[in-house]
Amino acid sequence: MRRVVITGVGVFASTGKNAGDFFDTLVHARSAIRRIRQFDPTPLTVQIAAEIPDYEPTDYFPAKRLDLLDRFSQFGLLAATEAMESSGVQLRDEERPRFGVVAGSGMGGASTFDTGYFNLYAKQATRLHPFTIPKIMHNAATSQICMEFGAQGPSLTTATACSSSGHAIGEAFHMIKFDMADLMLAGGSEAPITFGMIRSWESVRVLAIGNGDPSRACRPFSADREGLVMGEGAAMILLEELEHAKQRGARIYAEISGYGLSSDASHITQLSIDGPARAVRMALAEAQVNPAEVDYINAHGTGTRLNDATETQVIKEVFGDHARRLAISSTKSMHGHTMGATGAIEMVATIQAVDRGVIPPTANYTQPDPECDLDYVPNQAREKAVRVAVSNSFAFGGLNAVLLVRRFE
Amino acid sequence: MDVTQKVVEIIAREQHLDASKITADSTFAELGIDSLDGVNILFALEEEFKLDIPDTVAQNMRSVRQVVDSLTRVLEGKDVSDLVAMAKGETTATTS
Repeated sequence: MRRVVITGVGVFASTGKNAGDFFDTLVHARSAIRRIRQFDPTPLTVQIAAEIPDYEPTDYFPAKRLDLLDRFSQFGLLAATEAMESSGVQLRDEERPRFGVVAGSGMGGASTFDTGYFNLYAKQATRLHPFTIPKIMHNAATSQICMEFGAQGPSLTTATACSSSGHAIGEAFHMIKFDMADLMLAGGSEAPITFGMIRSWESVRVLAIGNGDPSRACRPFSADREGLVMGEGAAMILLEELEHAKQRGARIYAEISGYGLSSDASHITQLSIDGPARAVRMALAEAQVNPAEVDYINAHGTGTRLNDATETQVIKEVFGDHARRLAISSTKSMHGHTMGATGAIEMVATIQAVDRGVIPPTANYTQPDPECDLDYVPNQAREKAVRVAVSNSFAFGGLNAVLLVRRFE
Repeated sequence: MDVTQKVVEIIAREQHLDASKITADSTFAELGIDSLDGVNILFALEEEFKLDIPDTVAQNMRSVRQVVDSLTRVLEGKDVSDLVAMAKGETTATTS
């Protein structure tokens, strides 16, 4: 059976513009949630988000290239660039058909949509810019990454809301495992901080308001949690077939050995216990891992009342008594909920926990909730050898993705 | 208004090129303008000159001179049916 390892890691997020800075911020329990700066948020009820600080697109891309890049594609390209550079891989042309990209996005080119519709409806524009379609399409980031790195193999875009990039990494893992490719860049990107998007999310009543103290607004698993906080960013990882990685002497961060996916088939927004539990079990079964071997779960942990209580029940259901012994944390407390990018961003945190033996904490935890009574690694990072870790992604629509990584041995 | 100068300015701006490198004889191919770039330039011209360039006329715009000539005729309200016919002829030729 072909084994798949992670040989490159890239992240561009509010908590850090590269993997090293990103993980340092998490380990120090620093939240990047601030008052929104991309536009004046004063008319909004929710005026906070986890935005990438001091981001100037022209610092990273030539003007001609930028014309065709929505913000979500820019982030995807930046994360992919770090993943490729950190891997040190040098591809020969004949390898390109065995190298693909799977990137997820829940919203696609949200800011291009927002600007275009503002011009159309508010300013009565009679036509929209011809680059509107190539910028907003969900596969724009995937295709831009393919072009940038000459990836000619199996490639696609996943759009399963907040599970998008969990599914992206899982599908890419299987493409290598089942011999369709040798190398895959996989992850996701999202740039959903627009006036229209925040308004839309406000009306679902799942956002934490927290305007007075933004960095403390997102408090997953804590009794006083009030909701999720939206974020933006991207993460991409390079997956590689083990022998391919060994032959070129690649640095191996971790091995990916399990992927579970399932559908709740019950409610469009409210997650079930059964659906996510089946996804976790499927990932464990594929990896041939006993539940008691799992050391760490990077939780979906959105910070809403319902998600965190239900996810706790899911973990108890699958892990039984071991649920009380394993470490669980939600890094969304710091980088916010980056929607279609969140599975990949959290996968990078999970990989680094395995690689470095440090578990990032759940920041802003203030008090236990009887409905959330497990070990959420509150507020302080923990040094602990992590042999096996699981990253959960659940989503509106009930399509769940669970990834399992282990220390490479 | 010098239409040629304006067209050169717009092409330079949209393509992020130095205007001094563009002449009335430059073809789109020479300037590295692909099909999507061409659509973008048309959009910019329509915005600048506040007019609609019909698709059939647009199909004949593959050099600076062709752009200027077609645009001048549209601006002057002249008959462009020969351009339309030419475009249709080309379409027939390529599909047959």
